[in-house]
Amino acid sequence: MPELSYREAVRDALSRAMREDDDVFVMGEDIAEMGGSMGVTQGMLDEFGPERVRNTPISEMALAGAAIGAAMQGMRPVAEIMYEDFLTLATEQIVNQAAKHRYMSGGQLTVPVTFRTQGGAGWSPGAQHAQQLEAWFVHIPGLKVVFASTPSDVRGLLWSSIYDDNPVVFFEHRTLYGLKEEVPDELEPIPLGRARVHRDGEDVTVIATGRLVHEALAAAKEAEQDGVSVEVVDPRTLQPLDEDALISSVKKTNRCVVAHEAVTRMGFGAEVAAVVQYGAFDWLDAPIERVGARFTPLPFAPVMEEWVVPHANDVLAAIRRTLRRDGD
Amino acid sequence: MAKVEQKGTLAKSDLRDFFREMLLIRRFEEKVEERFRAGELPGFLHVAIGQEAVAVGVCRALEEGDIIASTHRAHGHTLAKGTTPNEVMAELYGKLEGCSHGYGGSMHLYDVERGNMGANAVVGGGLPGIVGAALAFKLRGEPRVAVAFFGDGATNIGTFHESLNLAQLWEVPALFVCENNHWAESTPGWQHMPIEDVSQRAVAYGMKAVKVDGQDVEAVFKATRRALDHARGGKGPVFLAVETYRLVGHYVGDPQVYRSKEELAETRETRDPLEHLRAKLELPDDEVEEIDREVQEIVEAAVEFAKNGTDPKPEDALKNVYA
Repeated sequence: MPELSYREAVRDALSRAMREDDDVFVMGEDIAEMGGSMGVTQGMLDEFGPERVRNTPISEMALAGAAIGAAMQGMRPVAEIMYEDFLTLATEQIVNQAAKHRYMSGGQLTVPVTFRTQGGAGWSPGAQHAQQLEAWFVHIPGLKVVFASTPSDVRGLLWSSIYDDNPVVFFEHRTLYGLKEEVPDELEPIPLGRARVHRDGEDVTVIATGRLVHEALAAAKEAEQDGVSVEVVDPRTLQPLDEDALISSVKKTNRCVVAHEAVTRMGFGAEVAAVVQYGAFDWLDAPIERVGARFTPLPFAPVMEEWVVPHANDVLAAIRRTLRRDGD
Repeated sequence: MAKVEQKGTLAKSDLRDFFREMLLIRRFEEKVEERFRAGELPGFLHVAIGQEAVAVGVCRALEEGDIIASTHRAHGHTLAKGTTPNEVMAELYGKLEGCSHGYGGSMHLYDVERGNMGANAVVGGGLPGIVGAALAFKLRGEPRVAVAFFGDGATNIGTFHESLNLAQLWEVPALFVCENNHWAESTPGWQHMPIEDVSQRAVAYGMKAVKVDGQDVEAVFKATRRALDHARGGKGPVFLAVETYRLVGHYVGDPQVYRSKEELAETRETRDPLEHLRAKLELPDDEVEEIDREVQEIVEAAVEFAKNGTDPKPEDALKNVYA
């Protein structure tokens, strides 16, 4: 089995789709010669040429909208939005156009477009280059939202996103691009809307996304030394959400922590907590704990940034808080 | 609708046909105003009285396979692109038989089969999609052109500038039809644009720009034909700066406190595209009356069709969110 980094896994999914299907093409800022600001599309220009690995001006509204327009003609464009923060510039097109054309037309249209983007703290990019904005997009009916945390997941989920007939906002995490994993020779598509249990456990369920999946796995290892068995579940697709998988995990463990890098307040985790408390109310032995960033823009100075965003020790502390309720 | 056979030339019968279609749009708009004021139509309504020659002149010049994206003032474009009055009217009444099956309404008229990719209620919102559609035609080697309608008010928004830049950069087969009716809702051109000639904005992007009198349907048709040839021939997009006039308020019920009654009366007198064409064709009164009777019957029948249409079930609201 070949070993692929998360970055190479994204590239592999894009390249395979483009080899098989003339309707798939990629577009975005600096994605051709430069290979994208994260190097994801490196080498693709040589294989596919400038028509299909299409450099765009710094022009998010037009590039997002052009991808939507091509998708409405039956193509399957993948538009790269260089940083999640720049999704804000394309939001009118994604929210008012991509998400609603099918609906407003009474079902006449499909919009099979994928918006790939990335973000995440941990390298002092400051307040405008690392936000986690997935909660904005899960709130919009008509959009699907994916957040992949491993090389095999990112590859299989991206493939499914490209071939989904709905607009998909596809989040990658900046700090995961170098993460390596052995993957099968054949690309195995991962259906959207299916969670992944990374680790079975008995005492607490941690539902985590993106980088926090790995922080949760590290926290679980620590907890194990105290004799606490932690289950780690990654929803992978945030919309549609695999509610059954999350609820059934919590019914087994009776405790739940929700963890993401985005700010806690009004975050994706709030919805997950609501879903779990409603679906597993009688099984819960403790309030659901939420882990996320503090309610500030991302600061620049490393000591501040480190303090604002959550890490494994924050997840571990939350796990312990749910257990402490035993003695109440 | 009858196809105009000879490229770039128009027989008198073609123009008579255009007159009929423009009058149909006029009567349709007057009727929906009336039904709206009577409280029969939900939502809100923007009619295109005064701008009929643009819709007909552009859409009649299109070839099979060409597509349009329209604006909040969409009835005329949609009718001219071939959607039946029954289907448009039924949409305004929120019926399943409507061209968007009751999901869209006046500002979201779609007819994908007939090449209408939708009317957009966000000013300038449809332009980037037209660039993308034109890109798809180019990548697939299809001899099709994508056409965006928008008003002078849209030329101040970012999507307009980004779309023109991208379209010209990639030389996609797109046509940008700026219906300059001189009013961005209630704001006159001189208050929203520091230049008088809107086509300068296209020139700034290196785009071929053509000015045309939008109250003269023949001029609009011919300019569109030339622009389509240019775009279809792989020479890149074209900007049509169409001088037109909105002879009514921004929306039905608009008290129009922002413009003088004298100005409006004078414009109605001198710039009505129907009167212009009628005089040009020297159409006798009885012939005009006959055409008028015919189109009014069509419009009345459309109202009947719409009123007898099927209401969606409330829970139909959950359909069509995802494919």
